[in-house]
Amino acid sequence: MSTVFEKELEALKEKVLRLGSLVEKAISDSIKSLVERNSVLAAETIDRDALVNTLDVEIDEECIRLIALRQPRAGDLRLITTAMKITTDLERIGDLAVDIAERALELNEEPQLKPYIDIPRMTEIAQGMVRDALDAFVKKDSALARDVLMRDDTVDQLNYQVFNELLFFMIQDPKTVSRAVKITYVSKYLERIADHATNIAEMVVYLVEGKIIRHMG
Amino acid sequence: MTRSAIELKAEAKNLNFYYGPVHALKNINMPIERRKVTALIGPSGCGKTTFLRCFNRMHDLYPHNRYEGEIILYPDKINIISPEIDPIEIRMQISMVFQKPNPFPKSIYENVAYGLRVRGISRKGILDEAVEKSLRGAALWEEVKGRLNSLAVDLSGGQQQRLCIARALATGPRILLFDEPTSALDPTATSKIEELIIELKNEVTIIIVTHNMQQAARVSDYTAFMYLGEIIEFDKTDKIFTAPSNRLTEEYITGRFG
Repeated sequence: MSTVFEKELEALKEKVLRLGSLVEKAISDSIKSLVERNSVLAAETIDRDALVNTLDVEIDEECIRLIALRQPRAGDLRLITTAMKITTDLERIGDLAVDIAERALELNEEPQLKPYIDIPRMTEIAQGMVRDALDAFVKKDSALARDVLMRDDTVDQLNYQVFNELLFFMIQDPKTVSRAVKITYVSKYLERIADHATNIAEMVVYLVEGKIIRHMG
Repeated sequence: MTRSAIELKAEAKNLNFYYGPVHALKNINMPIERRKVTALIGPSGCGKTTFLRCFNRMHDLYPHNRYEGEIILYPDKINIISPEIDPIEIRMQISMVFQKPNPFPKSIYENVAYGLRVRGISRKGILDEAVEKSLRGAALWEEVKGRLNSLAVDLSGGQQQRLCIARALATGPRILLFDEPTSALDPTATSKIEELIIELKNEVTIIIVTHNMQQAARVSDYTAFMYLGEIIEFDKTDKIFTAPSNRLTEEYITGRFG
């Protein structure tokens, strides 16, 4: 039989997961709105960020309440502090998805500069990192969290590649500059999303092992 | 845990203790760092009070109790529990503050002067000075300086406990032992005692037994978790309360058992 406190911790985890799935959907929808030139979907994605923000505040309040009333210790303390920090990263990922959708709205007004190839690949990796980092959180799986950390470099490389490619377009034809810059933004947003997923994975290692591994690499 | 940098005040080495046939402490090995607060926690019956009482030979008051092993007091390197060591002298150097305040039915002044009188000190000048210094040390002087000859039992519970601390301080102890010192006090009196403990460690090494885990977290530098007469885990308090190494410690700390 689980205690009231244990049930509260379960409910907290579920809320973090719910936030995670909202954010994952925001990433895929924002990129979809860009690749498929669907401005209606972009606008919807921007609107749905309000849900992310509400849940962010709710989770924070719940964590503060649990700290004040339950005086959590050891594993419980690590779970609650991790939930708080993860939530901040998830909310920032939500904001980046909004940024992508905003760029999509702008880019969809103009002819497409080039087919999107690396951007969907980056999205797939970054989104997988977010999903696995959250999975690792729920399952307290630090091996999976460490695996997420390994993938960040690939996203960084793709971002660099996209930037160089677009630079070439801009040098060739100054009329492409406005669109090319916006696409480099999107690439940068995806790179930032992967960084936030990395933060989450690092927090999961702390949750499971009690070790802070940030800023070690 | 690395122990290289710490300055030892005492150290239990292969300490065993028996209440007649009952093996109450099992192979305890633990350092006590000088001028730090070490907390002993664990469920009822785990041996924490038994361990605390070894430090000032309280168990000698009953027959059939038996110590094995050593508790070394530094820097002299004497074994506190050796039969050759006089328990009365040990209690002057290692004083105990109990769960319920237990002032003698004497004046405030005489309570504090008591240990010094036992030592044969009777010059008023010396006693006056020691009484004031000890009462100041126990954060009680300002409240009682105008009525040192009133009966100690007329003080409030929290004041009585601070008087007991002053009485313990008067003999210039090297270690102060606290056995659940705030369990009979209200939250205000409790926080005064906790503040006092943190202040006292500038001068004296402290070992505290407490049922209140948050109290251990607030006042101590080191925490030992005991269970069934053994030390399950000993480490820096912040480590124990954020990321203990042992599963039993984790379960106790988070209230899953005990």
